[in-house]
Amino acid sequence: MHISEFDAHTQDKQVKPPLDPHLKALENEAIHIFREVAAEFERPVMLYSIGKDSSVLLHLARKAFYPGRIPFPLLHIDTGWKFPEMISFRDEMAKRFDLDLVVHTNPRGAKENISPFTHGSALHTDIMKTEALRQALDAGQYDAAFGGARRDEEASRAKERIYSFRTPDHKWDPRNQRPELWNVYNGMIRRGESVRAFPLSNWTEVDIWRYIQAENIPLPPLYYAAKRKFVERDGMLMWAEDKRFEALPGEQVQEDYIRFRTLGCWPLTGAIKSHATTLDDVIAELEIATVSERQGRAIDRDQAGSMEKKKREGYF
Amino acid sequence: MTATATATVIAPAAEAAPALRDTRPLRLITCGSVDDGKSTLIGRLLWDTKAVKEDQAAALNRDSGKQNDLGLPDFALLLDGLQAEREQGITIDVAYRYFATDKRSFIVADTPGHEQYTRNMATGASTADLAVLLVDARAGILEQTRRHATIATLMGIKQFVLAINKIDLINYDKARFDELSREFKEIALSLGVKQVTAIPVSALKGENVVYDGKASMPWYEGPTLVEVLELATVRSAQTVGFRLPVQRVSRPGESFRGYQGTVAGGAVKPGDSVVILPSGMVANVKQIVTFDLVRNAAVAGDAITLVLDRQVDVARGDMIATIDAQPQVGLAFDAQLVALQPGGIEPGKRYWLKSGSRRQRVSVQPSSILDLKSGKWNRHDGALPMNAIGKVHLSFDEAAIFDAYELNRTTGAFILIDPDTNNTVAGGMIAGKRGDVGGLNNEAERVILSLPADLADKILASGILSERRDEIDIRRTNPGRAAELLGELDS
Ligand SMILES: Nc1nc2c(ncn2[C@@H]2O[C@H](COP(=O)(O)OP(=O)(O)OP(=O)(O)O)[C@@H](O)[C@H]2O)c(=O)[nH]1
Ligand SMILES: [Mg+2]
Repeated sequence: MHISEFDAHTQDKQVKPPLDPHLKALENEAIHIFREVAAEFERPVMLYSIGKDSSVLLHLARKAFYPGRIPFPLLHIDTGWKFPEMISFRDEMAKRFDLDLVVHTNPRGAKENISPFTHGSALHTDIMKTEALRQALDAGQYDAAFGGARRDEEASRAKERIYSFRTPDHKWDPRNQRPELWNVYNGMIRRGESVRAFPLSNWTEVDIWRYIQAENIPLPPLYYAAKRKFVERDGMLMWAEDKRFEALPGEQVQEDYIRFRTLGCWPLTGAIKSHATTLDDVIAELEIATVSERQGRAIDRDQAGSMEKKKREGYF
Repeated sequence: MTATATATVIAPAAEAAPALRDTRPLRLITCGSVDDGKSTLIGRLLWDTKAVKEDQAAALNRDSGKQNDLGLPDFALLLDGLQAEREQGITIDVAYRYFATDKRSFIVADTPGHEQYTRNMATGASTADLAVLLVDARAGILEQTRRHATIATLMGIKQFVLAINKIDLINYDKARFDELSREFKEIALSLGVKQVTAIPVSALKGENVVYDGKASMPWYEGPTLVEVLELATVRSAQTVGFRLPVQRVSRPGESFRGYQGTVAGGAVKPGDSVVILPSGMVANVKQIVTFDLVRNAAVAGDAITLVLDRQVDVARGDMIATIDAQPQVGLAFDAQLVALQPGGIEPGKRYWLKSGSRRQRVSVQPSSILDLKSGKWNRHDGALPMNAIGKVHLSFDEAAIFDAYELNRTTGAFILIDPDTNNTVAGGMIAGKRGDVGGLNNEAERVILSLPADLADKILASGILSERRDEIDIRRTNPGRAAELLGELDS
C-alpha cells in the first residue's frame, strides 16, 4: 500500500498502540452492526459521502469483514457540486481498497440545470440528494443502506434507532419507531420496505477524530488548513475556487488559511479560518470549539426542524 | 444516617473503584412519570457541563419563547427534537446524548414519561447501567414511577438515583423530601434494589445537578447528581463462561473459514476447547483473527473472527461456548417480559423470537402478571395487554440456547416479533430452562454412558440424538474420573 497525500496527517507513524477502551467499545459495536445487517439482508449497500464519517465507516466495514472483502457495494450520490478534491479522493479509495463503487447523479438535475445558487439550497438538496438517493436505492433494489449519521449531530438524529425502518417510499415515521432493546436488532421487513442502519450512532465528533488519529485513516485534504480562496456570504465562508463560482456585487474574494469541519456541496458548506494542518491540531481545535460542526451547513439553518422534515422524506 | 445527611444510601456502594480510571462511558437513563422534569434535567446537565455549543444555545434561546417566569431557557428543548414533541411539550421517543466531565464520559438516554410510550422507555433501559428516577415533589410517587422503577430493575439496572425534582416549587421543604425518600425506599426494597441515592433537585434552576444547591437547601449535605454519576460503576463483566453467538461465517477463499461474532461473555484464547450449540459438537480454537493482528485472547465485547481446528458444521444463529460452563439448551424456558405494543401478547400465538443472532419460532403462554400497585404477581393466563409485565412460558420447535438474564445480559435477553406486522412487540428476560433434565419425562429409566469423546461427538451430531438434545445431559471428563463415577454408582 502506498502513502499518498490523503493519508492521515499524523506526525509519526510508529507501531500502533492499543485503542483506548472507549473507542474500542464503539468500534466493536459498529462491527457488530455491520455483520448483523450483512447477514440479515439480501441486498445491503453503504452510503459513501466521502467525508470523515464515511471514511471511518469504510474503515470499520473493512475491519468487520476481514479477511474477506466488503460484501456489498458503496453508493455515492454525486450532486455535481462536490469539491473536486472529494471526487479524486473517492476514486483513489475505490482503487486502493478494491471497492465496488456505484455513483449516481439525478438525471433531472443535469437536464434542468439544478443549482444551489439559482434554485436555492432547499430545492437543490431535495432533488439532487433526497430524490437522487431514492432513485439509486430503488434502482439497486437495496433492502438495507448503511449511513454514517451520528446521534450527536442534531436533535432529530438523537432520536433515531440504529436500524431505522423505512416504508417502500423511503419515509421515516419518527412517532412510530420500533422499540430497539439491547443489541438485538429487528431486521424483519416486507418486500419494498427497507432499513437504514447507522453503525456510528453512538459516536461523537471528537470520537471520530480520535479514531481517525488512532487508526491512521486517510481523509480528503479539505479537512486540513491550507491557503484557499473564499468569500464571506450570509455569515458563511464560501469556497471560491470553482469555475461556477460568481462573486456578488461588493464581495471580496479573499485568500487565507481555511479548512472544513464537514464536507458536502461546496456552495452549502462553510469553511472556518484555521491553521490546523495536522490531526493533532484539528483535535486540539475541536476540543475548544464553541460552535457545533453543523453550524457551517446551510441546510440546517433553513428552518427549525428542517433535518427531521428531510429525513421523513427519505434524506439520510 | 444523621438527620442532616440526607442522601439515602440504603446499602454501601460496591467496592470503591480501582485506581485505574475506567474510560468506558457510563450509560444512564432518566425515567419517571410525565412532566416530572426528565428532559429539563438532562438539558440542564448538558448546559452546565458545557456540552451545548454557542449556535445550539442561540437556537434554544430563540425557540424557548417565554415559558417560565425565571427567564431561563426551556432546557427540555435540547432533548425534545421531534416536531410533535415540541408541539405537545412532551417526550415521545428516547433521545441519546453524550457528554463528559473531566472525570468520565456519559451516554444518557432521556426517556418519555407518558404511559403510551413505555416501549421507548424500555428501549433506553435495556442498555443502561444506572437509572435517574424523577419525582415531581408536588405530585409524589405515581403508578408510572413504579412502572419505570420496575422495568428498570427487571432489565438489570442495579443503581438508582431518586431525583426529587421541582424542589423550588415546594419551598425547598426538607420534610417532604424525607417523606418521599422514605416512601421510595420501601419500593426499592421490594424490588430488590440495594443502591439508591436520593437528591433534592431543581432541574430548571440547576440546583444539585452540576452545582450544589447549598444557598437554597443548607440542610442537604449529600452529593450532587453529577457527583453520583461520576462514581457509579459500569456494568460488571458477565459472570458465565465464554459465549460467541455466531453472526456470520466468513469464507473468503477455500483455505479460510472463520466464525464472526461479538463475544457475549467470558474470554477465549487459542487452544481452548469449545462446544458448538445446539449440535453439541466440539473443537479447539485455532486462531482469533482481527483486522489488526492475530490476537492471543479476546474478551466480552470484542468483535472477532474465530477459526477452529477442525471441520465442524457451524451456521449463523449457533453459539460457540466454553465446554466447562455451557449455556442451557432446551425446548422450554421461563421468562419475564414487557408487552410493548397496543396488541399486547396473545397466549398460544406463534411469534418470532430473536436473541443474539438466533431467530426462531416460539409460542408464548403467560402464567402471571405484575400488579404495580401492590408489587405482587397475580396468576394470569390470558393475554398480556400493552405495558403489562408478565411471567411467561416459552415453547420452541427447535432447540433454543440461553443463559439466565441474571447471569448474562446478552445471552439472556430476547425480543418478540409479531409475524403479522414485523414489529417488535415485547422485550424479555430469561429466568431459566423449564423442567430440568428428565423433567419432561420424570418416571422413565435413564442410562449413563461413558464413551470416547470423538465417538460421542459423532453420535451427538446425528439426527436421532440432536432431536432430543433437550433430554440429554452431558459432562466431559477424563477416563480416570469417568471410571470413578461409574464405580460410585455400582457401590
Ligand atoms: N419550577 C420548576 N419547573 C420545572 C423543573 N423541572 C422541570 N420543570 C418544568 O416542568 C415541565 C415539564 O418538564 P419536562 O422536562 O418536559 O418533563 P419530562 O419529565 O421530560 O416530561 P415527559 O418527557 O413528557 O414525560 C416544564 O415546563 C419544565 O420547565 C424544576 O425543577 N422546577
Ligand atoms: Mg421529556
